Amino acid sequence: MAKEMKLACNVVEQVEAICDKHGNRPGELINILHEAQNMHGYLPEEMQRIIARKLNIPASKVYGVVTFYSFFTMTPKGKHSISVCLGTACYVRGSEKLLEEIKRVLNIEVGETTPDGKFSLDCLRCVGACGLAPVVTIGEKVYGRLESKDVKKILDEVAAND
Amino acid sequence: MKTLNFEDLTKIRKKAQATLNMRELSYAAVSEKSCGLAVGTEHIELLCCGGTGCKASDSAKIVDNLKAAIEANGIADKVEVIVTGCFGFCEKGPIVKVMPDNTFYTQVTPEDAEEIVKEHVIAGRKVERLLYVDPKTSHTVSDAKHMDFYRKQMRIALRNCGFIDPENIEEYIARDGYAALAKALQEQTPEQVIDIIKQSGLRGRGGAGFPTGMKWGFARNYQAEEKYVVCNADEGDPGAFMDRSIMEGDPHSVIEAMAICGYCINANKGLIYIRAEYPLAVHRLKVAIDQAREYGLLGKKVLDSDFDFDIEIRYGAGAFVCGEETALIHSMEGKRGEPTLKPPFPAESGYNGYPTNVNNVETLANVPIILTKGAEWFSSIGTEKSKGTKVFALAGKINNVGLIEVPMGTTLREIIYDIGGGVKNGKEFKAVQTGGPSGGCLTQKHLDTPIDYEHLTAAGSMMGSGGMIVMDEDDCMVSVAKFYLEFTCDESCGKCTPCRIGNKRMLEILTRITEGRGTMADLERLKELGEIIKDTALCGLGQTSPNPVLSTINNFWDEYVEHVQYHKCRAHQCKNLVTYSIDPTKCKGCTACARKCPVSAISGEARNPHIINPDKCIRCGMCISTCRFDAISIS
Repeated sequence: MAKEMKLACNVVEQVEAICDKHGNRPGELINILHEAQNMHGYLPEEMQRIIARKLNIPASKVYGVVTFYSFFTMTPKGKHSISVCLGTACYVRGSEKLLEEIKRVLNIEVGETTPDGKFSLDCLRCVGACGLAPVVTIGEKVYGRLESKDVKKILDEVAAND
Repeated sequence: MKTLNFEDLTKIRKKAQATLNMRELSYAAVSEKSCGLAVGTEHIELLCCGGTGCKASDSAKIVDNLKAAIEANGIADKVEVIVTGCFGFCEKGPIVKVMPDNTFYTQVTPEDAEEIVKEHVIAGRKVERLLYVDPKTSHTVSDAKHMDFYRKQMRIALRNCGFIDPENIEEYIARDGYAALAKALQEQTPEQVIDIIKQSGLRGRGGAGFPTGMKWGFARNYQAEEKYVVCNADEGDPGAFMDRSIMEGDPHSVIEAMAICGYCINANKGLIYIRAEYPLAVHRLKVAIDQAREYGLLGKKVLDSDFDFDIEIRYGAGAFVCGEETALIHSMEGKRGEPTLKPPFPAESGYNGYPTNVNNVETLANVPIILTKGAEWFSSIGTEKSKGTKVFALAGKINNVGLIEVPMGTTLREIIYDIGGGVKNGKEFKAVQTGGPSGGCLTQKHLDTPIDYEHLTAAGSMMGSGGMIVMDEDDCMVSVAKFYLEFTCDESCGKCTPCRIGNKRMLEILTRITEGRGTMADLERLKELGEIIKDTALCGLGQTSPNPVLSTINNFWDEYVEHVQYHKCRAHQCKNLVTYSIDPTKCKGCTACARKCPVSAISGEARNPHIINPDKCIRCGMCISTCRFDAISIS
C-alpha cells in the first residue's frame, strides 16, 4: 500500500461516525465501505486503517475486502466517471471498439484518470440497458446505441458543459 | 401504522381491485378488431415504463411532460399517469401504454408527451407514428396482445411487471398479492406449503435448477435459535437483467415469497443480497419493505398472527462469484466473497453459522402465484422435468431485444424468430449463447431443441440465470470464448488452483490462437485443461468456466482450425489476422478516411486512390464507417 496524504479531520470524524452508526460490527464492513466511498469518493489506505481500528480487525482484512470487490477503489475518480459496458450484449454490438476509441481520445487506460482530473475510465458488466447496446455511462447518464465516431463529440460536449 | 389482520387485507384487496379492474378487464377484452379508442371513458390511465432501460432513454422526463400536459389541459381529475416496471419490449422503449384502450406507444420521447395527451386523450385520435409497425406485414399494431413479441409469451414471474405501480402496495394486493401469505398463515401448516411447492415442480431459476420445495424442506429440518431466508439478487451474469426487472417492477412478490419461506422453515429474518449497481431496484425494494411494514405484512405479528418476519437489504460490491451461495453468505458477513466447500450446505450452516435458505429472485417471484393457483396449475405448464416458465433476457444481434417469459419447452427457433423477430440486419444466425459465462453456445442444429434444464445441459450449455445472446456471422466464436474466459479470469476469487491458474492458462492459449500463433496441439490442450478444471474446481464458477470454450470447440471446430492452420478469422474480428485495404477502382480520393484515421495510417493525394499502411493500421474500423464509396475491405 502506497503512502497517502493525511485525511482532513472532518473526514476522519465522518468515517468514524459511519462505523459507529453500524455499531462497529465487523459484519457490517461492506456496508461501511460503501458509505465511506460514497462520502469520500474513494478508500485511501489511511481511511482503511481508521475503519480497521474502529471495528477492531486487522487492516489487512479491510484491505483484502476492498481489493476483492470491483466496486471499491483506492484511487480518486475523475469529475466525470466513464464506464463502458462490456456485458455480452454490448460486446457483440461493438463495445470493445468504443472502449478503444475512448482510450485513444482521452489517452488513458482503463482504471486511470486524465491528468486534469476531468475524466476517469472504467469498464462494467451490464447496466441492463441491453436494448440500447452498446452503452457507455458518464456519471449518471446512459448513452446508448453508440458508434466509435460518436465518442469524441460526446466527450467534448461533457467537457464543454463543465 | 396499520396493523392489518386477514379481514382487513381482503377489504383492501376488494377496494383496490375496483380501481385496477379497468386495466385487467380491458386487456382481456382487446381483440384483433376491437382495439378502438376509449375516449369518453371516465378514467384514463397512462402507464409509463420506469425500468432502468427506459429510464436511460429519459422516461422520467416523459412522465413529467405527460403530467404537465394533463395539468395544462385541465384534465387531471380523469387522467392519471402511472409509472410501472418493465414491459419487456426494451428494443422499442420507452413505452407508454394508454388504458383502457391498451394503445401501446413505442420509442416515445419527452417531446411526444404533449401530443399523446392532446391527440389521443383529448381529441381521440391515435398518434399513428408512435405505434408499433409489424416488420412482416408493415401494418401498425396498436396493442401488445397482437404483437408477435408478446403472442408466444406467458408471463408468470413477470405477471405484474408493466402492469402495476411497483411503489403502490395496494395495486399489488389487488392482484392477489399477500393472499398466499395470508392463506399460509391462516389455513396451512409449513409442511403443507412445502408440499405444494414440491408438487409444483418449481426449480431454482438462478442456474442450477435445484428443486425449491426440497431446499425448503432441508432448511426446515435443521433446528436452531436463529434461521435466515436469503434472496440472491446478485445478478452477475452480463446480459441478464430479469432479477433486476422483477425487483423494479414487482418487489412485493419477492417480499411475500420470502415471508412465506420464513414461515415454512421457521425463520424470522430475511436478507436480500443485491448488487450495488442496481440503485433503482434497491430504491423500489426499500419503498416496498417500508410499505409492507406499515401494513403489518412484515415485522412483529405478521397479519396479526404469531409469526414475526422482517427483511434487511445487504449490498454486493461487484463480484460475480458472490452469486454462488456460500460466497454470497461470506460477503453478507462482511468478508471476501470466497466460496467454501459444500457440505455443510447453507441449510445446515449458513449466515453466521445458522441454517439459511438461499433462493434466487425469479424463483421467489413464482412462489406466491403457485400457492394461490395451486401446484397442479403450475405443473401443467412446461416439460416433464422442468415446470412453469422461464424468463430470458434476449439480447445481442436480434431485432427485438427485451425481457421475455416463455413456458419451458419452447424451442429456440420460436424464441429467436417468432418472439425475437429474427437476426438483426438480415444477417445469418450463427449461435446463441445461454447461461452466461457458465454456459455454452448453441447453433443452428439446436434451433428446434425444446428449452428446459435437461435439454440445455445435454446440448453442452446450461439454463443459467437466463441470459440469451444471439450472434450472427460477424461474430468470431474463438473471440467469444476468449471474451467469456477473460470475464472468468477477472472474476475468479483466486481460492482454488484449477480456476485461478487453469483458466489463466486457457486464456493464454486462446489469445495465442486469436493472434495466429496457435498450434493444433493447443486445441487438444484446451480440451484437456477444460475437462480438468470442470472436474476439480471448488465452486460452481470454476466448474462451469470452461463451458464457453468447450462448447465452441465442439460446435465450431472448423473455425478454431482455420485460426490455427490458415491464420484466418472468417468473422474478421481477430485483429492480428486481418488486413484492411482500399480498392483503387472504387476510391475517389475524397480524403475522408485519411482525416478520420486515428493513427494516420492512410495516405494519398486528393482525388487519387489512397493506400493503407498495414504496419501502422490498428484495425479500428473507423475508415470503413467513414467511407461513402464502399472502397475499403477487410481480408
